[in-house]
Amino acid sequence: MKLIRAQLRSELVALSRNGEQLLLTLGIPVLLLTFFSVVDVLPTGTPDPIDFLAPGILALAVMSTAMVALGIGTGFERSYKVLKRLGATPLGRGRLVVAKIASVVVVEAVQFAVLIPVAYALGWHPHQPTWLLALLATVLGTFAFAGIGLSLAGRLRGEINLAAQNGLYLVLLLLGGMVIPFAKLPGALASIAKLLPSGALADLLRDTLTSAGTQPGRSWIVLVMWAVVTPIAAARLFRWE
Amino acid sequence: MSFTAEPGQITAVLGPNGAGKTSTLEVCEGYRAPSSGQVAVLGMNPWAQQALLSRQMGVMLQEGGVSNAARVCDVVRLYCDLYDRGMQPAELLDIVGLTERALSTYRRLSGGEKQRLSLALALASKPQVAFLDEPTSGVDIAGRQRIRQIVRDLAAAGCAVVLATHELDEAEKLADQVIIFNCGTVVANAPLADLRQGHDIIRFTSSPNLNVAELSAMVGALVHSPAPGTFEISSDASRVGPLTTWLADNGHPLIDLQAGQQRLEDIVLRLTGDPS
Repeated sequence: MKLIRAQLRSELVALSRNGEQLLLTLGIPVLLLTFFSVVDVLPTGTPDPIDFLAPGILALAVMSTAMVALGIGTGFERSYKVLKRLGATPLGRGRLVVAKIASVVVVEAVQFAVLIPVAYALGWHPHQPTWLLALLATVLGTFAFAGIGLSLAGRLRGEINLAAQNGLYLVLLLLGGMVIPFAKLPGALASIAKLLPSGALADLLRDTLTSAGTQPGRSWIVLVMWAVVTPIAAARLFRWE
Repeated sequence: MSFTAEPGQITAVLGPNGAGKTSTLEVCEGYRAPSSGQVAVLGMNPWAQQALLSRQMGVMLQEGGVSNAARVCDVVRLYCDLYDRGMQPAELLDIVGLTERALSTYRRLSGGEKQRLSLALALASKPQVAFLDEPTSGVDIAGRQRIRQIVRDLAAAGCAVVLATHELDEAEKLADQVIIFNCGTVVANAPLADLRQGHDIIRFTSSPNLNVAELSAMVGALVHSPAPGTFEISSDASRVGPLTTWLADNGHPLIDLQAGQQRLEDIVLRLTGDPS
């Protein structure tokens, strides 16, 4: 436990000193949430755009942390041989993974602690929210995104991994039902979008927090699939050196 | 191959690039399983018991090991926290002379400072055994001396230090025991003094056309010319007198005379037969 705490502390110090990571995990979600709720240009289909945006941006926050921030950080640590060096300490790989998961959870907690009050301040009114189910969806989403991020980080070289994570982030942001409703996507694209973990998580957060999900049953199945498959893929694909 | 590194001694693993130095160290560190044979480090099987071994082991990778953006103080603190009876961060920074660089990020350190930080991480566990891969590569002369002194102090404290290097100078200055690898086999394994014994050489440059047969007869040992104008005699320094007399009498110049114990470089070349 002492070792995990030491590594977790090290992860959080590194994160707090990394401007890009802070921009990605907090800056962009807060900015998108505020801007598009004030400037009503998105085809959200709700009377007040914040009601559509708030759950979507929470899903984006999970994706930013669990996939992009974790994936980019771990990818560079792999190419700088940080992971290899830690492998020859009493920390070992298992505790390293636990510490990384813990750091993702801490960052997500901070994101939610910032984003939810901001959303309320912007006039968000959750409708019969079931926070426990929203939490469950968040946990599943975290596993799904972390699995994707680490699958890429475990195989691609530092700079290529960076580009791939950022590219994927943008694609999933646009197709994820986070800021643009599925209904506004062309038919075929909408069907694909609903099968992506980003789309499923946004749909579920919208459903659990505002009872406005499109197909919550199907989204649960999709998200559970991703949450099971991608961590297994990451474990198989990951090269420590 | 077979070799042993003793506590309190510095054992240098030498050999040309690709000889298997790093691979051998990685087997000892528990990073990879031996393809055959047996390895024991502090009585443990490093591959099966890396977690246990790592508590008393120090490792310095050939390069990297620290994130570019990480601060010196944060990295040192982490590694000190990872060992139960490890060093204190302030003490460790002092030993490697990085106290004033504690707030710098890794990317801002000089080559020598990076190597010293990497060495500090190897010292954090107060190791019983330390594997250092090219600890002074990319380091200037003053920095090398500093690193060598830290390594000597580590051995003096009873640690078994295993040092891989292709810089013979390094081994010459540090090693108690020298192991020379070539093509995956150990071609020499002995104290440096023993390796040198009986292989004294006289080496000089002179006229390319001097009469080698006559000179050999005069000095009483075979004179060999590895390249036009350069000559070698496998002999101790006692033949320098007859050699210089003969050269002077025959009107040949004498340039770059070296005599006495073979340099480690010569020993390695002789044993590996590799001119690179």
